[in-house]
Amino acid sequence: MAASGPPSEDNAGMSTKPMIEIVDLHKTFGENKVLTGINLSVPAGSTCVILGGSGSGKTVLMKHMIGLLRPDSGQVIIDGEDIIPMGVQSLQRVRNKFGMVFQAAALFDSMTVFENVAFPLREHTHLSEDELYAKVRSKLDLMGLKREVESKFPSDLSGGMRKRVGLARAVVLDPKIVLYDEPTTGLDPITTDYVDEMILAAQKGLGVTSVVISHDISSAFNVGDQIAFLSKGVIVAHGPPEQLRESQHPAVKVFLETWFGKN
Amino acid sequence: MTTQTPSKPAREPGIFTQTVAGFGKGLIDVVSTIGGVVTLAIDVARWSVRRPFRLHNLFAQLDFVGVGSIFIVGLTGLFTGMVFALQTSEAFALFDAESLVGPTVALTLTRELAAVFSALMVTMRAGSAMCTELGTMRVTEQVDALETMAVNPVQYLLVPRILAGLFMVPMLTILFSTAGMTGAYFVAVGGLGISPGTFLTRTQQWLEPVDIYEGVIKGAVFGVSVALICCYKGFNASGGAKGVGQATTEAMVASALSIFILDFLVGIVMH
Ligand SMILES: Nc1ncnc2c1ncn2[C@@H]1O[C@H](COP(=O)(O)OP(=O)(O)O)[C@@H](O)[C@H]1O
Ligand SMILES: [Mg+2]
Repeated sequence: MAASGPPSEDNAGMSTKPMIEIVDLHKTFGENKVLTGINLSVPAGSTCVILGGSGSGKTVLMKHMIGLLRPDSGQVIIDGEDIIPMGVQSLQRVRNKFGMVFQAAALFDSMTVFENVAFPLREHTHLSEDELYAKVRSKLDLMGLKREVESKFPSDLSGGMRKRVGLARAVVLDPKIVLYDEPTTGLDPITTDYVDEMILAAQKGLGVTSVVISHDISSAFNVGDQIAFLSKGVIVAHGPPEQLRESQHPAVKVFLETWFGKN
Repeated sequence: MTTQTPSKPAREPGIFTQTVAGFGKGLIDVVSTIGGVVTLAIDVARWSVRRPFRLHNLFAQLDFVGVGSIFIVGLTGLFTGMVFALQTSEAFALFDAESLVGPTVALTLTRELAAVFSALMVTMRAGSAMCTELGTMRVTEQVDALETMAVNPVQYLLVPRILAGLFMVPMLTILFSTAGMTGAYFVAVGGLGISPGTFLTRTQQWLEPVDIYEGVIKGAVFGVSVALICCYKGFNASGGAKGVGQATTEAMVASALSIFILDFLVGIVMH
């Protein structure tokens, strides 16, 4: 998908084939019914933002997309393949299409920042040390992380910096799909804009499909082609930002009113 | 508005019921742990023969489990041998059989004590570290992160640790015996006046290769079991720092128990 393509409002239409498709997904932990029939389709090359209260199951939903959790029932179709019945090895192949940013970064604390970002490259490519360095450096640059950070360990970094390292690690293999679990929560406003820019740039420039969990509505309206609102285990509203703003669903209205009331 | 219905206070279960219930729960925990550990063992075995072989990770664990335990295992062995020589010589002196001190210490060490004590020391030193490290990685989603990067966590994290237990505990067992015999020699010959010739020839007469094999086999069995249990508990930890602490406590208890139970079972098989 070229940068000169039509504006995002058009290519977010339903004509493109879905990269991620979730069909009637159910998940229960013990007594806790977290997901009760999720249906969601994310067209290739678009960005879908998932909104919802804390504890509503956004992270659980995202972990199903990449096969970290197994549903009680339902389908998760990635790029045309249902990943639920897959064995470990096929699943590994599908996971190579993904990058994921974790809510709390999930950096390997036994490795330096550099080795954390280099890790996926060492595992899945045969780059020379020079090429490896250049690649890692370019992703750290993108995140505004300076040279002296490279040799630090995650425990020596602030929360915001850790998050940015996590972002760099997630995109270092230039994946087709990137999952962001609250990428901007806890970041300062400037870095937040940076990250939003990056998500948009990846979509426009590289045709990346993104799913973003967010708390920040302005950010959500900024990057999202589609916004899905998760409440009580189901997607209660789904559509382009303008459409969501008109939603009459009580949970969505309350959520938006608290936000826009605040501004 | 909530109306409070006065509910009948539940009767406190009696001490007997509590004891039985506690025992039942303990039994269920034991059975589910054994099931989990065996399943994990099969998984580890399958992944250990698949590419890529991460030698770097393996050497790091061999170093940590084995080389890192040399000092503590050697020291424990030395003192165990010395104490044992001291105690047995006192008993044997009663019927003029001091010449049997060497063989007695040697047989007990090689067949039993060396493997049991080495495995216990490895549990405390390396097993606890394995459990907390893996537990922390689990609760901070580092294990999930590995999986999303299409790296199998069993292969990446567990295989090297289990192999380190398998290879290093037998070696430490031999070290323990050697250090123990050295200690026993100095106490018997230096302290108690048994002649060096008697001590050495008698030991040679009695000690057979099969005794050494027994210790080495036990070391390997304990090494695998301890590493598996500690990895299993850490890998399945949940509930933040508290959960990791609890998992480690459980891992220590279960590992120690497994050593004594397996010691008995291997003993039956070998005699
Ligand atoms: N591995 C798990 N085991 C049991 N319960 C879980 C697990 N993961 C999440 N939950 C529960 O699922 C619910 C949704 O969690 P989550 O998806 O993390 O919420 P959020 O929308 O804030 O990301 C919570 O009640 C949480 O306790
Ligand atoms: Mg979450």
